[in-house]
Amino acid sequence: MAIYVILALDVLNGISSLFLLCLGLAIIFGMMKIINLAHGEFIMLGAYATVISANAGVNIWIAMLIIAPLFVGIVGLVIERCLIRFLYGRLVDSMLATWGLSLLIIGIITTIYGNTQQGVPTPLGGFSIGSYQSSYYTLFLALMAAVMMAIIYGVMRYTRFGLVARATMQNPAMAATLGVNPARVYMSTFALGAAVTGLAGGLLAPVSGITPVMGGAYVAKAFMTVVGGGAAILSGTLSAASLFGSVNQIGAYFTTPVYGEVIVFTTAIVLIRLLPQGISGRFFKGNL
Amino acid sequence: MDKHLRLSGQVGAIALAIVAIAIVPSVIELFALMQLTLFAAMAVLALSLAFIWGFGGILSFGQTAFFGLGGYAYAIAAINFQDSTPAILVAIAVPATFAAILGYFIFFGRISDVYLGVITLTVTLILFNSVNSTSGDAYKIGKALLGGFNGMPAVPTFNMPFDPSTVLSPEQSWWTTAGVLLAAFLMLRLLLALPAGRIIVAVRENEVRASLLGYDPRLVKCLTFILGGAIAGLAGALYVNWGAFVSPTIFSLSLSAEIIIWITVGGLGTLLGPIIGCVVIEYIVAYIGSQQLLNSNLVLGGVLVIFVLLLPKGMVPTARDLVMRLMPASKPKANGPPVQSAAAPHPAGAE
Repeated sequence: MAIYVILALDVLNGISSLFLLCLGLAIIFGMMKIINLAHGEFIMLGAYATVISANAGVNIWIAMLIIAPLFVGIVGLVIERCLIRFLYGRLVDSMLATWGLSLLIIGIITTIYGNTQQGVPTPLGGFSIGSYQSSYYTLFLALMAAVMMAIIYGVMRYTRFGLVARATMQNPAMAATLGVNPARVYMSTFALGAAVTGLAGGLLAPVSGITPVMGGAYVAKAFMTVVGGGAAILSGTLSAASLFGSVNQIGAYFTTPVYGEVIVFTTAIVLIRLLPQGISGRFFKGNL
Repeated sequence: MDKHLRLSGQVGAIALAIVAIAIVPSVIELFALMQLTLFAAMAVLALSLAFIWGFGGILSFGQTAFFGLGGYAYAIAAINFQDSTPAILVAIAVPATFAAILGYFIFFGRISDVYLGVITLTVTLILFNSVNSTSGDAYKIGKALLGGFNGMPAVPTFNMPFDPSTVLSPEQSWWTTAGVLLAAFLMLRLLLALPAGRIIVAVRENEVRASLLGYDPRLVKCLTFILGGAIAGLAGALYVNWGAFVSPTIFSLSLSAEIIIWITVGGLGTLLGPIIGCVVIEYIVAYIGSQQLLNSNLVLGGVLVIFVLLLPKGMVPTARDLVMRLMPASKPKANGPPVQSAAAPHPAGAE
């Protein structure tokens, strides 16, 4: 019995971390149709910001929840101004440039901090169910995923910024005639996406090995989840993250973690073949 | 007149390339020759993506899937047969079959560009993960132990056709590799000059119009993809022949990124550009690897960003445009009726 509770917790953990990892990419892709292949490196920067400030004596919660998103958000802002704004509407070029950017960021971090693994201790303790151990941090990640979902929904649905952002994404020319500056909206949306990604990196820092190349492990997963989810930011990402997260954990439980990944990638390919518009293109049309 | 001039120029360039390939081993020392052999094998890989991306309009983020499959197929077949002749054929057939299955899935499902990128990327990761986890005695194909993360050492290198006892010397290996590169280049140029090549470019330019003219874009793209996969597989065999070793890193995403950088730097929509881009970038990477000052990711990433932003056409088309501007006398439109000029060997996008 206890083993199934643990398995359920694992599934919950898989879904919530995948959702957190993908949310920033989904915001950027869903709203601006820019595929940010440096997404994994934004995660890595968030993790590094957390580890370095935590090891310098900053409270781990402040490092994770404030410093990481703030830092990556600023980095995202600079990158949007220097690079991305020249590439709107050029999908392939934006993919190439952000791939170059990801290599560049890896190179910079490797040069500064070296190619070694860093880490911070996991806060919150563990608890046991029967003879199995689990950690409260798993539950905290699930809570954070729910909180992030509520915040993004609230911002996009009920604030003036959200209204302007959605209007600009639907029809930039129309929004511009009504007095909105699309360039500024794109800039802040990209920075917001980067900050959310940085937060995910910060939250996952205590439970993952932190190296300059760690982003590579996430980018393909995040990419396929966002594409599998389709254009709707929240419902699409949540449904795809739930599907892939549970397939991954259950597959890993019955085989090995490696085959769990293989199974989830295969599922993603079949899903894209069956639903070329993503899950939300079929089932949650017009939702946020 | 102009046509004859162009033809003789092309024949002259081919003859020059053959002579250069023939005399290189007697001019440079062994280490440099080995490095050039590696560059030539990589250039074949560059050609495969240059063809399907530049002319077929299919941006595959996972061309290394076919490269790696070719390498592994060659290694497994060569160990089992102890003769490289059939092994090379296997190294072409396996990736081509895989490309056919994947291409059927992608193109007949009418999956769009972004999704194509995701699928090719994930397929590469699946192969990387699966091959990585094949360590142990359980994973054995015939006599070949897959070796998982450690790869397969001591793979037999190329031998004389149907004569396993005579293994090729480094010079002969160079001639083979560079010869394959030249042959693949000429074959693709010929294909692009034929009606079949025109159809491939037509589908890239406008799928709807091509299908209204009676061609099936799905089939055309699928066949382009298969040819690209076969060439990449051959490149994989050449690569394994160079190092006598194959490991899962052959499937790695960083190599996929490098191929795309070669093409972006050399010039998309040309065949010569990616070869030049490949040699230049690989030389730079090898040079950076030999010193401690800079990180190769830093340089590669910087180069890619700068080219996408400032020189999006790449080196070869930019250089060609410069030369064209300096020579106002040459007007390709001046000779022959308009039908001829539309079928001239240099359509928009070709080098």
